[in-house]
Formats: sequence, structure tokens, C-alpha cells
Amino acid sequence: MKCKPEDIQSIRDKYASVSAIRSGEGVAENKIDLLVCAGTGCVSNHSLKVKASLTAEIQKHNLQDRIRIVTTGCNGFCANGPIVVVKPDDIFYQLLAPEDIPHLVEEHFLNGRPVEKLMYRPGEDEPPIPKMASIPFFGKQQLIALANRGIVDPESIEEYIALGGYQALAKALTEMSREQVIEEIKASGLRGRGGAGFPTGKKWEFCKNAKVVEEGGSDSDKYIICNADEGDPGAFMDRSIVESDPHALLEGMLIGAYAIGASHGFIYIRAEYPLALERLTQALEQAREYGLLGEQILGTEFSFDITVSKGAGAFVCGEETSLIGSLEGKLPEPRVRPPYPAQSGYMGKPTNINNVETWANVPHIINRGAEWFSSIGTDTSKGTKVFSLVGKVNNTGLVEVPMGITMREIVFDIGGGIPGGKKFKAVQTGGPSGGCIPESLLDTPVDYESLIQAGSIMGSGGMIVMDQDNCMVEVARYFISFTQEESCGKCSPCREGTWHMLNILEDITTGRGREGDIELLEKMGQHIKETALCGLGNTAPNPVLTTIRYFRDEYEAHIRDKRCPAKVCKALITYSIDPVNCTGCTACAKNCPVACISGERKQTHVIDQDRCIKCGMCYSVCNFDAVRIE
Amino acid sequence: MARISIDGKNLEFEQPLTILEAAKKLQIKIPTLCYNEHLVPYGGCRICLVEATTQTAPGRSRLVPACTAPAEDGMVVTTDSQRVQDSRRFIIELLLSRCPESQVIRDMAAEMGVDPDGQNLDVVGQYLLKRAPRREATNCILCGLCVRVCQQIPERYALSLKERGIHRKVTPPFEKVAESCIGCGSCAYVCPTKTITIEEA
Repeated sequence: MKCKPEDIQSIRDKYASVSAIRSGEGVAENKIDLLVCAGTGCVSNHSLKVKASLTAEIQKHNLQDRIRIVTTGCNGFCANGPIVVVKPDDIFYQLLAPEDIPHLVEEHFLNGRPVEKLMYRPGEDEPPIPKMASIPFFGKQQLIALANRGIVDPESIEEYIALGGYQALAKALTEMSREQVIEEIKASGLRGRGGAGFPTGKKWEFCKNAKVVEEGGSDSDKYIICNADEGDPGAFMDRSIVESDPHALLEGMLIGAYAIGASHGFIYIRAEYPLALERLTQALEQAREYGLLGEQILGTEFSFDITVSKGAGAFVCGEETSLIGSLEGKLPEPRVRPPYPAQSGYMGKPTNINNVETWANVPHIINRGAEWFSSIGTDTSKGTKVFSLVGKVNNTGLVEVPMGITMREIVFDIGGGIPGGKKFKAVQTGGPSGGCIPESLLDTPVDYESLIQAGSIMGSGGMIVMDQDNCMVEVARYFISFTQEESCGKCSPCREGTWHMLNILEDITTGRGREGDIELLEKMGQHIKETALCGLGNTAPNPVLTTIRYFRDEYEAHIRDKRCPAKVCKALITYSIDPVNCTGCTACAKNCPVACISGERKQTHVIDQDRCIKCGMCYSVCNFDAVRIE
Repeated sequence: MARISIDGKNLEFEQPLTILEAAKKLQIKIPTLCYNEHLVPYGGCRICLVEATTQTAPGRSRLVPACTAPAEDGMVVTTDSQRVQDSRRFIIELLLSRCPESQVIRDMAAEMGVDPDGQNLDVVGQYLLKRAPRREATNCILCGLCVRVCQQIPERYALSLKERGIHRKVTPPFEKVAESCIGCGSCAYVCPTKTITIEEA
């Protein structure tokens, strides 16, 4: 069916029970929806087996008319998956295994007794928290880009429409001029969520106003692109949005295309995201079927379609001009700006490029207005930001928080602090382009300017928490090894410079560092930042520069004392066995991969230092705290 | 007519024009390596960086490659500020570290006050020219001129860039003798370090 604007409302009415049950407002006839998380994290923890078991048990008890099983995208609380949420009551079940399901179904749905042992507990001895909204992980979050995460079936366009989807598109196409849409986005204060934070409305306006006349006198085509080439280590914001709510991205792009005057769009997505690709392809087909993509959308004069293009895994393609080169079939190399893509982008035509999260914010701004959006956040950074919270933190997962929230709130209130009672050391934002923020700056508000001041960047939303066991020199070495590996090699400072920085850092972590190396790294890093061609090179030294700025003592310990304070750098540590604690259980000797541990049963064991490869196996298998690292 | 000021000299010009072209008209010399006036500018080697201030952001100067940056009305450009000199020195030291035997690079370094044999160097220069690990000897600075000329002038595509980052190199496609090569010699002609030579068949 090809929808008209009024059809959007009638689909919404038809599926009114979906929004009633999911929102918990106005409950429909005792019906229940079981929302099974099928994000990549939960799927890899066998949530699809949990789903199969649920389906079988529901059938067995003949409950299928009352209870519906819905597969959703990422719920966000990845650390505790597989997750099932019972709606409309908002009961949150976690860490489920298929074996738990028969008992769960019987107790909860036949006997009316929700199962406490499958609920979330803040601590081992604390009472369970039954409702999802009361769990601290969700408490401080505010969802805009992820508004539908975990509550919509990403494979159903009807559910998306039922929950308010495509209303913003209908509003933009029938009630707003192209200029009004751009004004609304400008007034909202939305800035690019891909990293640099350029004002989105302004970017759209440049592209809309770009005048390129073709040979023959007609105006040139314009293009829009969605950058879904998410490449930062530990980051999965964009993947989750596409997996959990693909239509939100399409609706944002449709509104942008209308405002800019583009008739074709591209989504450039990593080929390593198979589930996202599958859901995206399906969403595109559904949107075409409903007349939301293609010719004369919603019966108006506006026509637009989208092509999906798969990236081949080059990090530099996240840089917009490289991405455009790759789309054109050329080498993925950045081009010097100006000219900007708004003037000369894909095939030399005016092109607007935004990332997934930016596009996903757009429908909400059109629906609820710029004033509402700009009331959230700080003076210069409006709205919310999605982060993937990973590393040494209890509640790993996907979080969306209002701008201006502090790092401390994210790591400790939402993230639940550091596992194992260890001490927080730093949080890395912005991936390989960002920096490490130390404990003294944990009260830094999350906004574009404050993070730059701290030496990091907002970036696309990776947030890696590190504790006392992380060596900051090694962290810097890791990130620079990533950027030098991913450097395209076009410009001299990034190609040669990051390689030299890596060599110096490898010297330091292997005990060959020299006096003056810190100053050398600082100077070289500044030069590279200043002279490199694109964002990759301009930001590559950041992890090194911030770790020097905040953890200089660790660098000095490596260089002067040939000591790794976190006991990570292999060349600078030795493993030995404490004769007092050793019980002679032989666990270490049995597990040593190079058989360099000797000792009789019930006698103290000894490590042959010459043959030890410092793999740490003995340390991790010892139950008596007898292996020492010095 | 637009107006640009380079090192205090004014030029009235018609757009489009790059800063490098404008400087040429004013007889101001800016060093280049990956530039050739007959090819699409590349902006890769970074030796032609200059400091430019535009009318839209008067208080903020940026380093831009003169070969690709469009000259804008009201732009003020400096080609020899301390910032420019420091940046160029860094670039030439990187290239010298890569190609210590290239006479072209050695001469250019000497012109910029960098002693290729390692006197009067700062901490970065000391590292790059004396301590940094050496790779396989080459005079190729990966400016890509040979690849680009082959694509853009005879349109033979007989050369391409392989791998990325530090491993990047120029080779014929699939590292086989390119059937499309017509032996025109353009690649050897444009090579700034004379790394490509023509052999008589």
C-alpha cells in the first residue's frame, strides 16, 4: 500500500494496543508483551534460545492469545543479557538461560508470582528491583535517539508507526516548508554526533543553498549520506540504533533529504555488522512498500530513495571525504577541505553527510519542537548523547544521557562503578581520536567544549573505563598502534609520524625508553596534530598527549626506573612464587604453556625466569595468592 | 575582483585560484613536492603548508596546504612565519628520515636549515635523523605523482598505490607488469626524487 499522510494516523489507530502495552498507559484487555532483547550482545548470549523456549512454554500453557513475544533490538543493559522485559508491568528479567523459562512462565504467568531470583539486584544481599525504570542503570538516562530501543520490534514498520513513527515525516512534508525544517533543526541546537560536533542545521543549509549548475544549465543533483562506518574500538552506538530502530534512521534521512532537496541517499555501513545490515535492508523494503521511499512519498511531490553501501573495514572511511571516495569506487583517502562536501561531495555534487545518531534525533525534533530539544543539555551542547560504556565498569552497555551530565555520574551511578572493588583510573572518550580523562576531572560535564578542554573529544560515543590494572603508557601505545595501522598513508605526518610515535612508545614499554622521550612524544604529537591532512591524523596523538598530561609519573617510572606501576608491560615485570603461600598444588605447573615451573607436589614451586614468557597463566590459576608480579 | 595578501604583498585575482597559484603571481616561492601544475592538486606531502586567516574567522589562523587551498577574498597569508617554518621542518625531517639518501630531499632540508647530517637539531630532529629505526632504503616519498599522472594524462592506470599507512607503496596493479603501460615516461618525468627510471627495452 502507498500511504497518504492520513494513513499514518490510521495505522497508528489500528495498532493502538501496541503503544498502550509498551508505554504502560491505558492497558489493553489484560494483554502482555514479552520483549526479548535480540541485540548483538544478547544474541551472542543465546537470547534466541531463550525466545524459542518462551514460545514453546507459552504454547504449552495455551497462553498465546494473551501473551505475545516480541523480538527487540538492543535493550542497552548488555552486561546482564539475555534480557526479557514484561510489558505493561515493566518487569525486568536478566541473565536468562533457556532452562529458566519453564519455571518463569509457570510462576509469573500462571501463578501470578514474578520470579525474584531472575530480577536485577544492586548487590548480592540487597532486595531485587522488579521494574526496569527503577534500576539505577536506566534511572539517569534520557532517551531520544534510542527512544524506541528495546520496546519496538525493529523488523516491523507497523510497530514503529504505532509508537509514533513517520509522523514527523508527514508533518514536515505537509505542514512545513524546506526552510522551516532547516530553521527548526538550527533552533534545536543539534550538533553532529559523529565526533566534531558541527551544527547540523547549518550543515543542511550550506548544502541546500549550494548552487551547482550542470552542463546544459540544469541544477545539479544533491545527495545525502548516512555515515554508519562506526570504527572506534569498543563503540557500538550506531550499530545498536540501526539494529534496534532502523526506521528512525530512515525517517531522519527522509526529513533531511526533503529539507536539503536531495533525491538520493546512501547509507555507508560496516560489512562487519550483519544483523544491522539485515534489519536495515528489511526496513528499506518495508518503507518502499508503504510509499515512504520512492516516487511521490506520502502522495506529495517529494521523491527520494536510499542505497546501502557496505564498507570494507577501513577506519579512515569514517572520515567524510574518505567515505565519499570509497562510495565513488576510489581509494578511501581523505581529500583536502575546502571544498567541503556541501559544495563538492559525492561525484562532485553537493552532499550532506551525518552519522546515524544525528539522523535518529531529527524526527523527535520535528515532532516535539526545537524548544523542547534545546531545553535539554548545556548552553553549547543540546540534547542527549549515546555512549557505549565498556571496559572496567560493572554495568557495561549502551546509555543515552543528557548533555552536561558528569563523567562521574555515568561511570558510577549508571555504570555502577568498578568491578572487584578496584580503583578507578581513567575514562577514554572519543576512541583513538580522544583522550584519557583522569579521576581529578571526573566531574567534567559531558559537552563538546569541556571534553576538548580536558584534551579529549566527544567523539562518536565510545567510553572505555580503566582501573588500577591498566597501564596508561600501554593504553597510549595500543591506540597509536591502531591509528598507525589505519592511517591511509596519503599525508606524510600521519603515515610517517604515527609510525615513529609507535616505535618510541614500544621502546618505553619494553624498557628501552630514554630520558627526553616524553618531551619528544609531546613535540612530535603537536606537530602531527598541526600538519596532518584529515581528522584521523589531526587527532591520532591525543591518547598519547593526554596520558602524558595526566599520568606523566607512569611514563617516568617506565623510562627512569624501568618499572611498570600497573604491572602490565611484560618486559618490565617478573613472576615469582611466594614460598609462604605456595601449597604445592601444582596448578601453576600444569597450566604453564612453556613448562617452566618446577616443584614436587606439596612442595614450593619455582619459575625458571629465563624461560618464562610472562603470559600470566600461573597468576590467574593460583588459588592461594602465591604468584607475585614485581 | 577578489583581493588576497601574501607576506604583505597584495594581489587582485579572479576565482578560482589556489594560494600557491596566487603566490606564484606575486613571485613568492613556496616549496612543493607532490604538486604538478598539470595535475589535480593532492595536498598529501604537506611541505607547502602556509598560515592563512580568512575574513569569516579573522582572529584564527590555520595551516593549510597552499596547493589545494582556494584563495579567498580578504584572505591574509603568511608563508614564512615561525609556525610555518616549524611545520615544514618537521615534514622535511620525516621525509629525510624515510629517504636519507635522496639528494633532492637533502637539498630541500638544507634550504630549510635542517642539516641532513644531524647538526643543530631539536629533540624531534635528533630522533628522526639519528635514532629512528631505518627501513628498507628508498627514495620514494609516496607523493603519488607517478600514479596520478598516469591516470590523468595518458589515462593508462598502469600504476597504483598498494597497502596503507607506513606499508604503502607504488606498484603496477597486482604487482604485475602493466599491459596498459605505453612507456610514455610521464611517471619518471614527474617523480620529484627521480626514483623511477626508464630502461631501454
